[in-house]
Amino acid sequence: MQFDPFVIPFNIGLYFILIYAVARSVHWFRNLSRSDKLRLQRGFFGAAFVKSLKEIFMESLIHRKILKSNFRLGYMHMSLAFGWFLLILFGTIEANIFSTRHLNPSYKAIFFKFFNPDHGRTGFEAVYSFLMDFILAFILSGLILAIIKRFSSKVVGMKKTTRHRTIDKIALTALWLIFPSRLIAESLTSGAHGTGSFLTGSLGSVLASFLPANELAYPFWWLYSLSLGTFFILLPLTRYMHIPTELFLIFARNSGIRTGDQAGAFTEIQIYSCSSCGICIDACQLNFSTGITNIQSAYLMKGIRNNEDVSDIAFNCLMCGRCDRYCPVGIELTPIRMIRRWVEPVKPPKQSLLSRYFPDRIKVTPVRTNGQPSFSWLPEAEINKAEILYYAGCMTHLTPTIRKAMIKILDASGLNYRFLDENGGVCCGRPLMLAGKHKEARELINYNSEMISNSGARILVTSCPICYKVFKESYYLDVELMHHSQFIKMLIDRDMLRLRFLRKTVAYHTPCDLGRGSGVYDEPRELLRHVTLLQSTDFDDDDSLCCGGSLGNTKISYRQKSKIASDAVLALTKGNPDILATACPLCKKTFAAVTETKVADIAEIVAEAIVLTPSASRESLSKKRIQEPVADS
Amino acid sequence: MEKFGFSLIKDRKIDYDVNDRSIAEYVAAREPSFRICIECGCCSAACTTGNLTKFSLREIQILIKRGENDEVRDMIRKCMLCGKCILVCPRGVNTRNVILLIQEAFRKKTENAV
Repeated sequence: MQFDPFVIPFNIGLYFILIYAVARSVHWFRNLSRSDKLRLQRGFFGAAFVKSLKEIFMESLIHRKILKSNFRLGYMHMSLAFGWFLLILFGTIEANIFSTRHLNPSYKAIFFKFFNPDHGRTGFEAVYSFLMDFILAFILSGLILAIIKRFSSKVVGMKKTTRHRTIDKIALTALWLIFPSRLIAESLTSGAHGTGSFLTGSLGSVLASFLPANELAYPFWWLYSLSLGTFFILLPLTRYMHIPTELFLIFARNSGIRTGDQAGAFTEIQIYSCSSCGICIDACQLNFSTGITNIQSAYLMKGIRNNEDVSDIAFNCLMCGRCDRYCPVGIELTPIRMIRRWVEPVKPPKQSLLSRYFPDRIKVTPVRTNGQPSFSWLPEAEINKAEILYYAGCMTHLTPTIRKAMIKILDASGLNYRFLDENGGVCCGRPLMLAGKHKEARELINYNSEMISNSGARILVTSCPICYKVFKESYYLDVELMHHSQFIKMLIDRDMLRLRFLRKTVAYHTPCDLGRGSGVYDEPRELLRHVTLLQSTDFDDDDSLCCGGSLGNTKISYRQKSKIASDAVLALTKGNPDILATACPLCKKTFAAVTETKVADIAEIVAEAIVLTPSASRESLSKKRIQEPVADS
Repeated sequence: MEKFGFSLIKDRKIDYDVNDRSIAEYVAAREPSFRICIECGCCSAACTTGNLTKFSLREIQILIKRGENDEVRDMIRKCMLCGKCILVCPRGVNTRNVILLIQEAFRKKTENAV
C-alpha cells in the first residue's frame, strides 16, 4: 500500500466529518415529531427520494436558482460546489482504473498525482489528465471570483455580502488554500517528472526550470492535506455546516415536512442549512431603502446558530417575505423569525468548544405571562345569522372609502350579508402574533371564531390581507374564506355585478400578506384587467415590494417607514399610472401619505365602475342567492 | 349617617418626588419617539380597544410620564396592538413599540421585585 505521513491530517478530517454528519443527522431525526418521522420514512422509500436527488444535483451542485437570477454569483457557487464534486468523482475513477489495485483508501484519489507521478504521459491517460486539469481550472476560476467578492462584492453583482466571525474566516482561508495548494503541489510534481496536462504540466515545467521542483512539491502536498483537514474539522463550527445539512433539508422538505408555527428539529435543520450567502441581504428593503444591514435573515440564522441573543434582530423586520422568495436554499425564513419572536429573551450562557460541536436543541422558551387573560373584558359574542359575513378589519375601518366601496358592492350584488364588525369589532389577532404574543392572540382568535361559527355563515369576506392570512392559518373555521378581491371576482364571474370599463391606467401593488403570504396573485390582477388598463411594474407578484407600513416591524422609526414607502411608490409608479391600486388598507394608507398619485383599493375601483341599474332590476338582483358552493379551490 | 352628597376629593397633586418615573425613562430610552408625543389624542380616537372599553393611549402616555403607574398596569394589557394609532399619529410616534415597551417594563419590574 502506498502511504506517506502527509495524508494523515486529511484522513483525520475526512473520517471526523463523515461520522459527525451521520451522528448529527441521527440526532435530528430523533428530534423530529412523530408525524414528521413518518413523513420522512415514507418519503425515503417514495417518489420524494428521486425528487430529492434531482434537487440536490440541481440546487446543491449546479446552483440553478442562483444562476438564473445572477449568473456571475451562480457561476462562483457552481464552480466550487460542482467542480469539487467532479474532481472527487473523476479522481476516484482515475485512482481506481489506473492503479494496480481497484479498492483504494480514500486519500488515494485526492493525492493521486503524488503516488503516481509518472501517470498521464500518453494516450487515454493524457486525455484523462487534461480532464482533471480542466476541472481544477474550473474550480480555480470560481475561487478567484470568490476572493474578489470578499473585497468587492459588486464584481459578482451583489451589493452587500455577509460579515464573518474569526472562526468562519479561518475555515474560509482553509477552503481557499485547498485548490491553489493542490495546483502548486501537482504542478511541482508534474514538473519534476515531466508529466501533467495544460495547467499543471505547463505551470510545472515553468516552475521546474528555476526551482528544485521535486523537493518543493512535498511541503505543498502537506499544505494541501492540512488545509483539507482543517476545513473538515472546523466545518461543524462554521457556516459550512450547511453542506451536509442541506442534503437532509432537501429530503425532509420533499417528504412534506414544513415549519408550521412551532419550533422543532426541522427549524433547526433549516437554521443550519443557511449558508450565509447573503442573497437575502440584497433582497431586503430595509437594506436598500434604509441602509439597515445587520438584521437580515442570514444574520438571524447565524445568531441563532451561535447561541446569541437575537431578539433585536427578530423584531426588526417587515415580515414581507422577500427573503423567503429569494433564498436559494428555500429556507422558510419568515416562519422561523415568527417563532423566534415569542421566545423569552435570555442571555445565553458561554459555550465551551466541545459543546459547540455537540449543541443542545436550540432552546425556545415561550415568553412567560402571568396567566391571566388579557381580554376578558370583551363583550359577549353576538349571534347574527347570515349567509355571507363581511369582516372589514381594523385597518379598513381607518380607511372608510374602502368600507363604503365594499358596502356598495355587497348591496349591488343583492346578496344576504352581514357586516360582522360594523361597530369597530375586535382585532383579528395577527398584530399580536407579530409582536410575539401568541397567548393573547389566541384569546382574540377564540372570540372571533365563536362569532363567526355562531353566524352559520358559509363565506367569510375580509378586506384586509393581514386578517386574511391569520384567518387562513390560525383560525380553524368551517367557512369559505375570501379576500374581497376573490369575492368580487366571483361576483363578476357569476354575473352578479354590472361594471363599466374605466379608461384609466392602473399599476397594481401586491400586498405582502396577500401575495407571498397567502398566495393570492391572480384574482386582483384579473379584476383590474376587467375594469381598467393594467400596467406591469418591475416588482410584480412574488417579487412585490413591502409598503413599509408593515405591523411586523416595531423597531424602525416613522421616517424610515416613509423612506421605504416612497422608494416603493417611486418604483411602482414608473409608468405614470392614473391610479396606484392595492388590495390592502394598510398599504393604501401608507402609500397615500407619500405620493401625489391617486392610491385606491381594488374595491374602490370596482365600486366606481358599478353600473347601478334602475330599482326594478335591482330588486331582481336582490332575489339572487348563491345556491351551490362557490369557487372551487 | 345621613348622606349629603359630599365627599372628600381625592388628592390630585402630582408629586414627582414620590412618583416612580422609571417606566417612562425605560420607554424613552428605547423608543425616543415617546418623547415627542403632544398628547393630541388621535390614537385614542382611532383605537379599536378604546371603542369597546375604557382604554386610552393618550391617558397612558400622560400617566406614565407623571409616574402614576398603578392605573396603567392593568390598562396596558388591554391593547390589541392593531396599529391604527401608528397610522393616525401626527407626530409619527411608534406607538406599538411604546406599548410593548411599557408592558416589558412592567414585566421586568415584577420579575425583579420577586
